[in-house]
Amino acid sequence: MEWEVVIGLEIHAQLATRTKIFSGAATAYGAAPNTQACAVDLGLPGVLPVLNGEVTRMAVKFGLATGARIAPRSVFARKNYFYPDLPKGYQISQYELPIVGQGKIQIELDDGTTKTIGITRAHLEEDAGKSLHEDFHDLTGIDLNRAGTPLLEIVSEPDMRSAKEAVAYMKKIHSLVRYLEICDGNMQEGSFRCDANVSVRPKGREKFGTRAEIKNINSFRFVEKAINYEVERQIELLESGGTVVQETRLYDADKDETRSMRSKEEAFDYRYFPDPDLLPLDVDDAFIAEVRSTLPELPDEKRERFIYEYGLTPYDASVLTASRELADFFEAVEKASDGEAKQSANWVMGDLSASLNKANLEITNSPVTAQMLGGMIQRIADDTISGKIAKEVFEAMWNGEGDADAIIEKKGLKQVTDTGAIEQAIDAVIANNPKQLEQYRGGQEKLFGFFVGQVMKATQGKANPALLNELLKKKLSS
Amino acid sequence: MLHNKTIAELSADLHAGEYSSEHLTRIFLARIEQFNPQLNALVTVTAEQALADARVADARLKAGTAGPLTGIPLVQKDIFCTKGVKTSCGSRMLDNFIAPYDATTVAKLRDAGMVMVGKANMDEFAMGSSNETSFYGPVKNPWDTAAVPGGSSGGSAAAVAARLAPVATGTDTGGSIRQPAALCGITGIKPTYGRVSRYGMIAFASSLDQGGPMARTAEDCALVLRAMSGFDERDSTSVDMPVPDYRATLNDSIQGLKIGLPKEYFGEGLDAQVAQVIDDAIKQYRALGAEVVEISLPNTQLAVPTYYVVAPAECSSNLSRFDGVRFGYRCENPHDLLDLYKRSRGEGFGPEVKRRIMIGTYALSAGYYDAYYIKAQQLRRLISDDFIQAFKQVDVIMGPTSPTVAFNIGEKVADPVTMYLSDIYTIAVNLAGLPGMSIPAGFVGKRPVGLQLIGNYFAEARLLNVAHKYQQATDWHGRVPPGLE
Repeated sequence: MEWEVVIGLEIHAQLATRTKIFSGAATAYGAAPNTQACAVDLGLPGVLPVLNGEVTRMAVKFGLATGARIAPRSVFARKNYFYPDLPKGYQISQYELPIVGQGKIQIELDDGTTKTIGITRAHLEEDAGKSLHEDFHDLTGIDLNRAGTPLLEIVSEPDMRSAKEAVAYMKKIHSLVRYLEICDGNMQEGSFRCDANVSVRPKGREKFGTRAEIKNINSFRFVEKAINYEVERQIELLESGGTVVQETRLYDADKDETRSMRSKEEAFDYRYFPDPDLLPLDVDDAFIAEVRSTLPELPDEKRERFIYEYGLTPYDASVLTASRELADFFEAVEKASDGEAKQSANWVMGDLSASLNKANLEITNSPVTAQMLGGMIQRIADDTISGKIAKEVFEAMWNGEGDADAIIEKKGLKQVTDTGAIEQAIDAVIANNPKQLEQYRGGQEKLFGFFVGQVMKATQGKANPALLNELLKKKLSS
Repeated sequence: MLHNKTIAELSADLHAGEYSSEHLTRIFLARIEQFNPQLNALVTVTAEQALADARVADARLKAGTAGPLTGIPLVQKDIFCTKGVKTSCGSRMLDNFIAPYDATTVAKLRDAGMVMVGKANMDEFAMGSSNETSFYGPVKNPWDTAAVPGGSSGGSAAAVAARLAPVATGTDTGGSIRQPAALCGITGIKPTYGRVSRYGMIAFASSLDQGGPMARTAEDCALVLRAMSGFDERDSTSVDMPVPDYRATLNDSIQGLKIGLPKEYFGEGLDAQVAQVIDDAIKQYRALGAEVVEISLPNTQLAVPTYYVVAPAECSSNLSRFDGVRFGYRCENPHDLLDLYKRSRGEGFGPEVKRRIMIGTYALSAGYYDAYYIKAQQLRRLISDDFIQAFKQVDVIMGPTSPTVAFNIGEKVADPVTMYLSDIYTIAVNLAGLPGMSIPAGFVGKRPVGLQLIGNYFAEARLLNVAHKYQQATDWHGRVPPGLE
């Protein structure tokens, strides 16, 4: 039987506010345990939550960027359950009335086509603290620094049909929230994570299969692996006559498997009800208009513009607009290169990206600035250096030896465009290699490359390649 | 007898330099030492801190920077967090809890120069109408020690009636200021929801809880309420409206005041002798120039069942934080997490609190939520609408605060529903979020009767004015319990 996979994702994006969603405590990552938890975060008797207005702005930004309706009135509710790192015994979240309604986003598939993924809703909520089981010998340590950190939970429709689509969607949302500067997207620190709802059904059937929810996946690679494992598990189960049970599962990256956490019967009754400590959240048209005016150019718009304005291929445009930082860097290089868009794209996506990867650096920390790279590309364009010499210049810039002009000057890498000098070198090479000359003239035309190499060697690679070719051809055939 | 003076009188004396705040504070501390063991009105006495605060107040009085409340002793209900002082909420659960911060109200009254002498006993987590659910034992009614003082602010009411302090704070979720004020023969006001900050007031039912003063006169309530009130950015439900000078309008004329008597408050269940006292009070108002009309609040009978869904639902969630993990009572040697939760909560909470947590958990459960919680919210709206309609016709609504005078200790403990019905006239006011007051209006035998005044939203000034006029014409509020003169 042929199976169809159905996937929906719930993405938790930590909003990049300085302070928590309902208290004035800092949200910075990595502080000593419980040093960033105030009375409100600790859930002390008598404390009350007060909404941080910045989170409203961020949620509205996301809603506008996904074409969603912004609810004029949304309501915070209490989700009640007991857990040691949940100080109040309830999580404040939005339930029946979320701030962001139905929206959508486009993903690009491997075959170059695009697909629209529906977003059911996005709502605001507070994060819980962390339970630490290591280092406490049979005891559990509680760190409440994260308690009260603002989250935007983005719930997709069950529109994805493969793990690859799920990853493409997750990457797209990741890129979007960073464009909007509402989330730092740091997956290692848990700022961006997701739960995946996975089911399978016989191809052609309309009714969904029973789903399993895989909790808390914090990398693109794990999303793909976890879904693929889960799909295989469900298909095997069904094909051997079993049934899939609705349950929550956990992905174990070390063993590359999912395993059951709790079944539907064990699922909590969260007893949601509107939080009486908080007023309904009202968002008016004026506020929405104001937020709209602050929206940056979004990834899809930017991609279109890159194709149209710079003449880039759709593939190059997609790669360069995947993050706002990369796109900004490319545009700065293009500008500094005086309009050499294709070269700029090639260098940013090629040597620069490779070097950054190797050094494990972000584009924002690149030792070669956009100015430097653009300046070097100008020197290629005006024939001061060849593309080959440029690689040497780039490496020197990477190693901190200055900008392209200084390096070219210092190392004497300026291309030789003086016809006389090149001819002189050609003559010497021809004179020193009579045997090869004879063979060439006898029809072995591939020896042309040998002569080019020899002349390049003689000029330390500085001969202008086009000029060299032209002159050499002339000399060899004369 | 300084302890029989009102705040207004004491303040005038302090400002005139007749005696010091330290002297005054020592007098009240001595009375606490003498009478509290018998009454059990206070669970904590903060003598040392009080004397230190009194000396600071005296310096302010000398320096001429004192206000009308500077140097006046005060009792805080033990539901308000007080920095560095045990804040038990009447529960074993918080018997070991030293609050690390001050409630907004506590800070405001301290800033006004008031001197806290101790913290008042109360029903556990403010759940009760007799002060019998306290972990620290029942409070005795100063008028008759066989009787309850009412609840949940029973300790506050008894402390003021017994002259252990001129004023105490209380909180009122379903009548917890007004009912004990009535049963102890004192004056108490529950302001409009949102008037007084709830920050640092341990939550029972967040959408109903409201703090307020309990004193002997409307004038004293006016002084203290003004200092307690105002917008607090730490409480999203507090209202950003200027606080009037309540004292300035106390003597406004009540000629032509329209008083509404809801017929539902005078029907079955109201003790005949209490009814007689209320009738006499209304006659007095007529004599003062008020007009009296009968009105109807047709959904009155729905108030108690509505309240006993809303309040338990909210409390079941509010009290989840008491889990034995971070503060408060923790059971001995828990063998796992579930055991820690079960035994800490099982041993830390008393039976009435557990009953309400269970009712509330049930009302919010999947499958019951619509039938109980949603339905209760709809009824709450109907009950509010009754009042909104009534206030189109009348200025103030009056009636009995409680259907009976104080009952005997132990009398209703075994029958929670009968106990719940003692708040039948006060509960609707909380559901609607309106201000309400109770003032002394007479006695049945040894036990006091309270007259309830209900005002429109933010009409505290009018209520205090109407109460003050009555107190100018009567002396019920000036009576002293026998043996406590």
